[in-house]
Amino acid sequence: MDTDGTRDQVYEDGNALGGPLSEIFAVDLTAAVGRCAGCGATGPMARLRVYDRAPGLVARCPDCGRVVLRLVRGPDTAWLDLQGASSLAIPLGPPS
Amino acid sequence: MAIISRGFHGRRPAPGRDLPPGQYEVHDFPVLSAGPTPRVTHEDWKFTLRTETGTEHTWDWARLMEMPGESPTVDLHCVTKWSKFGTRWEGVSLDLLMEGVETAAEFALVHSYGGYTTDLPLEDLLDGKAWIAHRYDGEELAPEHGGPARLLVPHLYLWKSAKWVRGIDLLLDDEPGFWEGLGYHSYGDPWREQRYQGD
Repeated sequence: MDTDGTRDQVYEDGNALGGPLSEIFAVDLTAAVGRCAGCGATGPMARLRVYDRAPGLVARCPDCGRVVLRLVRGPDTAWLDLQGASSLAIPLGPPS
Repeated sequence: MAIISRGFHGRRPAPGRDLPPGQYEVHDFPVLSAGPTPRVTHEDWKFTLRTETGTEHTWDWARLMEMPGESPTVDLHCVTKWSKFGTRWEGVSLDLLMEGVETAAEFALVHSYGGYTTDLPLEDLLDGKAWIAHRYDGEELAPEHGGPARLLVPHLYLWKSAKWVRGIDLLLDDEPGFWEGLGYHSYGDPWREQRYQGD
């Protein structure tokens, strides 16, 4: 890493949520379209900025920087916070 | 001749240095962050203690620098399991900042530039246990480590030592912070391995 301060801006894109969330949800949420509760911007979850060098995953809106999703994986519990997402549109096939 | 086995402890620190349970020693200084690093200049920096009655006590950078400093050397224990021994800091004791602050509060909610929060009992900030730290290892505290100033509460897991600290609310009732509201322990004593709720 360099020393000009850019190292702390490092984040992954929202595809980094795919693996951890697949443990909880049966569908791939990275393809879902979320609405940021902060600024109202909509976009695929894969567009979020994911900070994973932390005690949990923190996914932020690329437009306003607000926290959209947080995930903590403990030894026998996962804690998921979606209060920063006012809605999620999840692509599914026809009802079976 | 008796052979005394201390058992297997993985990466064992130097003699005389004890690791809390589940921790390993690092020699670098990992940077953990839940978001982009705030860039706060000394001119813009302010620190505000707000009591439960709404009374505010505010310090700007110049006023903080005028206060008597201390130079604690402490061990750090991060909940992500790394520990770093013998880190050298300079800062102002919370005891000094709390002088003259009238409060019946038992809890503190720490606020950072960038929106991070963490909570702890007020007594854990007092009696020489906590500082507003502004220098690390003889130099100004770098932004990625919380500069211009961070809270330093080394007897608790490091997520309590909020980087980019901008204020502390003194509260009658506990209010969970950023990680405490999402599964992490409300107190976070590394020696009792209080990582998650229920530990």
